[in-house]
Amino acid sequence: MMRYLLAGHSLVLDDTRCNGCGQCVEVCPHAVFTMAAHKAQIASRDTCMECGACQKNCPEAAIVVSAGVGCAVAVINEMRRDRSQGGASCACG
Amino acid sequence: MGTDARGCGSGSSAPRRAFATPIATRPDESPHAQASGRPVPALDTSLTWRDIVGGWLVRWGVGRMRYRVEPGLYRVGQPGRRSPVLVTANYKLSVDVVRSALAGLDVWLLVLDTHGVNVWCAAGKGTFGTAELVRRIQETNLADVVDHRRLILPQLGAVGVAAHEVKPATGFSVGYGPVLARDIPAYLADRMRATPAMRRVPFRWTNRLVLAPMELVGAAKPVLGILLALIALDVIRHGHVSAHAFTGFLPYLGAILVGGVMAPLLLPWLPSRSFALKGACLGLLWAAGWLWLAPTGLLEGASVILITTAIVSFMTLTFTGATTFTTLSGVRLEMRYAVPALMTTAGAGILFAVLAMIN
Repeated sequence: MMRYLLAGHSLVLDDTRCNGCGQCVEVCPHAVFTMAAHKAQIASRDTCMECGACQKNCPEAAIVVSAGVGCAVAVINEMRRDRSQGGASCACG
Repeated sequence: MGTDARGCGSGSSAPRRAFATPIATRPDESPHAQASGRPVPALDTSLTWRDIVGGWLVRWGVGRMRYRVEPGLYRVGQPGRRSPVLVTANYKLSVDVVRSALAGLDVWLLVLDTHGVNVWCAAGKGTFGTAELVRRIQETNLADVVDHRRLILPQLGAVGVAAHEVKPATGFSVGYGPVLARDIPAYLADRMRATPAMRRVPFRWTNRLVLAPMELVGAAKPVLGILLALIALDVIRHGHVSAHAFTGFLPYLGAILVGGVMAPLLLPWLPSRSFALKGACLGLLWAAGWLWLAPTGLLEGASVILITTAIVSFMTLTFTGATTFTTLSGVRLEMRYAVPALMTTAGAGILFAVLAMIN
């Protein structure tokens, strides 16, 4: 299992908001979350790629992560373009 | 359903053409195949030689921007009112991967309009998203076609779809199926439960190698540029093209192959978490190997080392977009250091090459 720079550094889970639905466990492609006592917890921050699926699917908005696609070409395109257009977008598409 | 790593499908910026690669559908035979009076086309679960050749070609970037299927509802086998509904993107390669995994099953397949981009990349862009899913459910009158109210989405689509927002808007609840389409039969057989392994995104050497052609296609223009520059310099110096222009080209051609094929293959074993450093190590190794095989003068040797290292490092850095584990903040961090460093390295290499020529 490969790890990347700053993996999961922006991932924040507010367990006071968590309702224990387990949706984050289901959508995460890197098994970052586990359930313990009907609450989600971050078990493997170092494998998180900050894709944002957990944040998007948390019905209680208990998860915040700075989501985006880790793609150098997208970042280069973002630098080239007018910065007012917003975040990095995948250049392969 | 089921992307194949993150070799992003194709372009949302591409002009909206008619669906140039229509999928072969069979005529309507099913008694349940009417969605509000409209026929529901059937999809075959076996791929034809045209599908297979088309799949190979898009891997090399040929026709990639228009490799699309018309969005809408399709049937596989003879689905009825209680049959499962699967959802996927309208990149034809995605539809082909899904339908060929569904042999022997009777299911509905709802194809979203992602402008011909695969599920994971489209979810990242938001085109495989809540709004398009809701629109497509309504447009196809799905509620009149099936009695149940459950959709199965590819897990990687979760980046763009909020399951808890789809339910109030349409009445359909969203369940996330496995990451890979080939696990769909096992998932359905186990009463729509995915094993932990089905929920993990794999990144094996085959997943990495399949993306190498696009890396090479992307490098084609710079490669031609280097070759033309070497030929031009040769003409300036000797008045004609000599074999030296082509032998001088070999270390750079090699660097492109090393950066485009070897770097993705050897990724897990290259040192450091930084892709730029991983590539720099491999580039230095290649340069050292080349100079050992074909020793040359000090200045020319230095320019080969600097330029090939910069090429392999940069190509490895751009492979971040094709991986399954890199983060945006991490890419931004390493580019802040790598881009100036690589420009300096390449610039110094070109300077040495010019000095070697003047000498």
